Amino acid sequence: MAEKRIVLGNCGAVDPQDIGSYLKAGGFKAYGKARGMKPRAIVEEVKKSGLTGRGGAGFSCGLKWEMALNARGGQKYLICNADEGEVGAFKDKYILSHDPFGLIEGMLIAGLAIGARQAYIYLRDEYHSLNSLLVSAIEQAGAKGYLKDTDIRVFEGAGAYVCGEESALMNSIEGQRGESRYKPPYPAARGLWNMPTIINNVETLMNVPHIINKGAGWFSAMGSGRSKGTKVFSVSGDVSRPGVYELEIGSPLRELVVDLAGAAEVKAIQIGGAAGNIIPGYMIDTPLSHETFLGSGSVVVFNSTRDIIDIVYSDMRFLSEESCGKCTPCREGTEVMLEILGRLRQGEGHERDINSMEELARVMAAASLCGLGQAAAVPVLDSLRYFYNEYIDRVGQSHFLRSYLGGELVELKEGMR
Amino acid sequence: MSDKNKTTAGGGPGAEILPELKKDVAHKGYLSKETMAAVAGQAGIPLNSVYGVASFYSYLPVSPVGSNVIRVCNCLPCEMKDGTVVVEGIRREIAIGPGQTTPDGKFTLELVSCIGACDQAPAMMINDRLYGDLTADKIAGILKSY
Repeated sequence: MAEKRIVLGNCGAVDPQDIGSYLKAGGFKAYGKARGMKPRAIVEEVKKSGLTGRGGAGFSCGLKWEMALNARGGQKYLICNADEGEVGAFKDKYILSHDPFGLIEGMLIAGLAIGARQAYIYLRDEYHSLNSLLVSAIEQAGAKGYLKDTDIRVFEGAGAYVCGEESALMNSIEGQRGESRYKPPYPAARGLWNMPTIINNVETLMNVPHIINKGAGWFSAMGSGRSKGTKVFSVSGDVSRPGVYELEIGSPLRELVVDLAGAAEVKAIQIGGAAGNIIPGYMIDTPLSHETFLGSGSVVVFNSTRDIIDIVYSDMRFLSEESCGKCTPCREGTEVMLEILGRLRQGEGHERDINSMEELARVMAAASLCGLGQAAAVPVLDSLRYFYNEYIDRVGQSHFLRSYLGGELVELKEGMR
Repeated sequence: MSDKNKTTAGGGPGAEILPELKKDVAHKGYLSKETMAAVAGQAGIPLNSVYGVASFYSYLPVSPVGSNVIRVCNCLPCEMKDGTVVVEGIRREIAIGPGQTTPDGKFTLELVSCIGACDQAPAMMINDRLYGDLTADKIAGILKSY
């Protein structure tokens, strides 16, 4: 099977700076159709299609919209989450830079469905160079009269991974520290300024015009199990053709990383960013779906020269740096994990370190406030599950160093690294 | 630095704070106590709240930085593509390490989280501009252009 470009269909084919080019390609037809539909009919169509959130959580998009539609509130908000910050993720950047009008159309339809008069694109600071392209696209859409029901503004972040988490994102727009909120209430009930709010990933919204144009049945015919449609992936690491690829959900991982991206001698793959699953190379024929692995679409490939403990250490360094600090399990847990992993990679580990990490992982998963802390231990647990011997070998080396070399021969230890 | 003015805010209370702070960073390089006090005054919130917000975000410096901020990606995909070449290359050219500013105030070097350029690793940003597929030679040329 080859790539199936639906979300990316316009990328490269349409001029992102000219709305005329998008209109010529059939743009805003879905918006016109949606304007003739009742909000509930739009929500039903999206619900029936089986579209799920593409930011990583995979929640039903239609159900979310329904909650916002049913929620009472004087003002409702729609937010497009363009705070793509997962390690190894760059697919939303690709979409934003190639097809801003597709996103705007998706947002306008979402706005009609839930009754949002104000919408935001929350753009990460790192993508500031795309700001003017987006603003120009919004202005062009406004000049054509498309923003009558829903106004769209670009809101730029200021450098914080956790703001990709929806409640932290809303705090950020409200001018506060980007810390996660306790849930419930969920944003669909009480979100931005306590009003019903829908937050959808860029890619999720990109699917919406296609669903309205071609129908829920067309969409749900693609995919596998309860995971419908396609998924856009960004592949990097040990591959000869890193880049952005779109595949039907259910396609085997091998197709993505070997056939398309050109990986060889795959030792492990991390899917979904620094807190994503790490799976061994022998599982490369696993189909990609919500039921297995999908995440936000970030795929980093490691070949046989890579050290698993180094990989997990780097993941944890990122997560401890980006923890918002509000809840203890995440703030302290990621620091302690980093300290332990640091000792293990330096050849100063003990068997009890492995047990400590497993125990801590359970607490973090159960007690953290948001997804960052809840998932932070995933790479630790996965690496222990699939690459346990590497940990045991490293602990064995540590014992050797301590018993035969004493504590002073630091250079030798460095050499073993 | 390019103008970050285009970012629009609107909406409910507080929506102007982040855009305002970003505008000040774009114009002045960092947020001084006076700048933060002015934003606090306008928003009708205490200075320490504004400091709390500013210090939370990586791209809102609260102490002086060089006129060009180099942000080197410090995450796995860049690390794997010999990411140390970048920091070492910069050190060789302008003799600063992460967290430091050149004596002439021209450059500050920072290590940052993933900047979404993993397909062109190793990568860095100088101000808003992205540089990818970096090598030691390339870095020397890029720095000289500033």
